[in-house]
Amino acid sequence: MARGTVRPLVVENTAAIRGDTVARPVATWLPATITAAVPLTERSRSLRLVVPGWRGNVPGQHVDIRLTAPDGYQAVRSYSLATSGPGEHIELAIDRLPDGEVSPYLVDVAEVGDKVEVRGPLGGWFVWRPGDPRPVQMIAGGSGVVPFVAMIRAREAAPAGNPFRLLYSVRSPAAAMYRDYLEHSPVGTTVNWIYTRNPPPGSSRPAGRLTSIDLDSHVIPVEQDPLTFVCGSTGFAERVSQMLIERGHPASMIRIERYGDSR
Amino acid sequence: MTSDTTRGFVGKRRERSQDLPPGQHLTDGFPVLSTGPTPQVNKNDWELVIRTGPDTSTRWTWQDFMALPISTVVTDIHCVTSWSKLGTRWRGVSLDVLLKDVRTSDQYVMAHSYGGYRTNLALEDLRGDKAWIVFEHDGAELTPEHGGPARLLVPHLYFWKSAKWIHGFVTQEHNTPGLWERNGYHLHGDPWREERYARWS
Repeated sequence: MARGTVRPLVVENTAAIRGDTVARPVATWLPATITAAVPLTERSRSLRLVVPGWRGNVPGQHVDIRLTAPDGYQAVRSYSLATSGPGEHIELAIDRLPDGEVSPYLVDVAEVGDKVEVRGPLGGWFVWRPGDPRPVQMIAGGSGVVPFVAMIRAREAAPAGNPFRLLYSVRSPAAAMYRDYLEHSPVGTTVNWIYTRNPPPGSSRPAGRLTSIDLDSHVIPVEQDPLTFVCGSTGFAERVSQMLIERGHPASMIRIERYGDSR
Repeated sequence: MTSDTTRGFVGKRRERSQDLPPGQHLTDGFPVLSTGPTPQVNKNDWELVIRTGPDTSTRWTWQDFMALPISTVVTDIHCVTSWSKLGTRWRGVSLDVLLKDVRTSDQYVMAHSYGGYRTNLALEDLRGDKAWIVFEHDGAELTPEHGGPARLLVPHLYFWKSAKWIHGFVTQEHNTPGLWERNGYHLHGDPWREERYARWS
């Protein structure tokens, strides 16, 4: 723990964070039209949108989505993007929250041709920049896999590069978002699965939440200086990041995105 | 700008309140602000520092800090990811107490946290009974996940300004941005003016 003097934060690659490689957010709301809707699991689906005026994004960023009711009432929520790059087409993936307001609409009601509003791209910290030479370890819980799909797709599109690993913790195979894509070995990425409730038949690992043994088996070791991203519920992110710290990963090499309200 | 109606969307309108800044809602938040791991800071190792120059610092140990006058604060908090909570209850020490004997010509500070987070603030946003270093929330000691042992509380700004695991402040002549402010978020962050994101030229 830092003691004594107040130490400045070490931000690696500060020039890149402040510089041209980050897609710059558009501060205004852009009208967008849904062009495709694909179920991912029983409670989630992906939506593709065309957003005239969209300036592109880097993998890992998110957007705000705004819906407007007939009486003018509006609701805004943030969603991670599963895509990156230039162009005016983006893809979101939405997990329906029990008692949610916007996610049930986007998962169950919205149809191709419907219009919503989009603001972004947002967030310049939980991102992977193509060309970053460091090995990348991604650790996802549940719907936390979405920004990693954007990173894995970008890694696939890169001509060559550093190894990617994804460790994905889900209740069961049926609860895994983007399962087909991730099971078909995206180029450049190794995927390992943790099943917390119902593993597929023949699994050697018993059901249970992710443990330090799983990290030792599947995570890029600290000696290789990986950049490690963790995304999931607040509890998941806390637990995993503390286990990483215990295994010697420097805090500056761990980036976390939490879903939940304990902020 | 008038927005078109979203076909089929009605909304829940639950718990709407005049106390909510524009674009905020009272439900649980969804994504996202991201950082690094939660630092585990022992109170015996904890200290609070206000530095106004290379050789000029004021320091408090946990014991020093707990001997200062303590305020109870009941306030609304607003996260930039659009959730708000009304009437949250905290106990802590006012920045007016901590800044009482601090002399500087600088108008800004960088708040530094254990774990490396930092965020920039104007001194005038810390003075005038508007900001506290808090160690208790809803009658319970602040857990590490919520920023314990002590966090900054600046409730009139978006909550990313209320740095968890506060370690201290370094005064600065210019309003140099912190972590989020470098990454697309607004330099000031007033929820009532909806200062969420940086304006890019």
